[in-house]
Amino acid sequence: MSVKVLEGKNIVRDYHVGGGLFRPSRTVHAVKGVSFSVDKGKTLAIVGESGCGKSTLARIITLIDPPTAGELFIEGNKVDIARNGLSKEMRRKVQIVFQNPYGSLNPRQKIGDVLGEPLLINTDTPADERRDLAMRMLKKVGLGPEHYNRYPHMFSGGQRQRIAIARALMLNPSLLVLDEPVSALDLSVQAQVLNLLADLQDEFELTYVFISHDLSVVRYIADEVMVMYYGEAVEYGSRDEVFADPKHSYTKTLFAATPRADVASIKARLAKKRAA
Amino acid sequence: MPLLEIKNLTVSFDTAAGPFMAVQGIDLSIEPREVLAIVGESGSGKSVAMLAVMGLLPNTATVKADRMAFDGIDLLELSSSERRKIVGKDISMIFQEPIASLNPCFTAGFQIEEVLRFHLGMDRAQRRARAIELMKLVGIADPEERLNSFPHQMSGGQCQRVMIAIAIACNPKLLIADEPTTALDVTIQKQILDLLVGLQAKYGMGLIMITHNMGVVAETADRVIVQYKGRKMEEADVLSLFEQPKSNYTRALLSALPENAVGDRLPTISDMLFEPAPSAAATQPAAGAAP
Repeated sequence: MSVKVLEGKNIVRDYHVGGGLFRPSRTVHAVKGVSFSVDKGKTLAIVGESGCGKSTLARIITLIDPPTAGELFIEGNKVDIARNGLSKEMRRKVQIVFQNPYGSLNPRQKIGDVLGEPLLINTDTPADERRDLAMRMLKKVGLGPEHYNRYPHMFSGGQRQRIAIARALMLNPSLLVLDEPVSALDLSVQAQVLNLLADLQDEFELTYVFISHDLSVVRYIADEVMVMYYGEAVEYGSRDEVFADPKHSYTKTLFAATPRADVASIKARLAKKRAA
Repeated sequence: MPLLEIKNLTVSFDTAAGPFMAVQGIDLSIEPREVLAIVGESGSGKSVAMLAVMGLLPNTATVKADRMAFDGIDLLELSSSERRKIVGKDISMIFQEPIASLNPCFTAGFQIEEVLRFHLGMDRAQRRARAIELMKLVGIADPEERLNSFPHQMSGGQCQRVMIAIAIACNPKLLIADEPTTALDVTIQKQILDLLVGLQAKYGMGLIMITHNMGVVAETADRVIVQYKGRKMEEADVLSLFEQPKSNYTRALLSALPENAVGDRLPTISDMLFEPAPSAAATQPAAGAAP
């Protein structure tokens, strides 16, 4: 039987933009009533262009910001951080990996400390145990014990993203939110990181919420796809459904805009060019 | 005669640990009206090679070449003031970060008109008319209004359009686009690529597209050069590159595309770069093989 790790019902998030002396304040509706659910061990991909509210939604799912309205369930329990605050227990369940691995690691913190910090803050694990766990996690994400005492600037972009993933996994979360984790990486490194994510998902039965604007990556990694446009979910379904038969006009535009790297479409383009 | 001809270009940077060779013996030529794509990962020297052509590298760089000629003019012999007359007029360049490459202190209109004043010596009325014409050409809605906008008041896509307007202001013979769409959304990327290719065909420019996105290559290029660690791995026309890649590296790049995934893991470059070849795509990499 499948277990719902994450469920959102009619999530709404408004931001109030304060006015000035001559300008009235106004409300920006960043997310307008989005519902979704993800089963254990599955991946939900959220696709959309910048400004469509996908990162706002990510912040809500990660329990950084409370939703203005709507209900969020994590492992079946209702979470309302606006009213009840956030317990250490909840914080352990959801973790996030950010887009830019150059910005999300503290340049003055050694990798070992980066990995130990979540344990230090959220658990009573003694120091030597934290060290062991960090070493083990380094190996899991394809780095070695020799990297424990290094600083972030000594790593390449792909390695840094591995470190960010390792940090997110230190607390054994059940849900991992990935906010464009590979869009700052080169193609070959992107492939390595995607493979790593797939391996980790198999090993720990992790649930992913994968935010991206790259449809080829989404097609590769997702089980379910949600397309967002101006704060609304305009399309939501299994990957095959959405890719085979996009219903909303925005989804169709998105598919048409994605560059295609297959021989047939190159031939078609060259033929068109010759005719012109 | 080729528009741009480069033979055996080497660029090295002086670092504390001795010279670092960013580009090692690249040959390149582009004909008028041709779209050439240079593909490679970060650190492959694709941008550095083009910056060397533009003369935009810092003092720590040493540029050597057997020949580097643009339209019959030897770029290696030029003084910097002579080079300035060509750069921005006959060769121009578009950069990756549109918002960062515009000057935040000046309006879009000022920055377009600056090129026209410097290179073409137009008077104020002519400059304004031409700036409006250029804004229309690159698809900016109500250009009269937008001339007075500052970069921070425009979106990334609009800033990139302004960059393109600046680059094509003097009808260049060669346009170099350095990852013009990497920072943009897919739908905007499509619009910008269509715009670039459309302008290239309309004005018969040569276009060099620097990118790491194989999709962009497939959508725009006539001919492709694949670079890796400062060396040229392969040069082919776009169809044969995708149909029958000759070098292992190209093959690896193509199979690392998520849409070409075989099974549930992607082959990675380090797995196959030094393998003999054809059946490489079938190999399954070990879990998260790190370099």
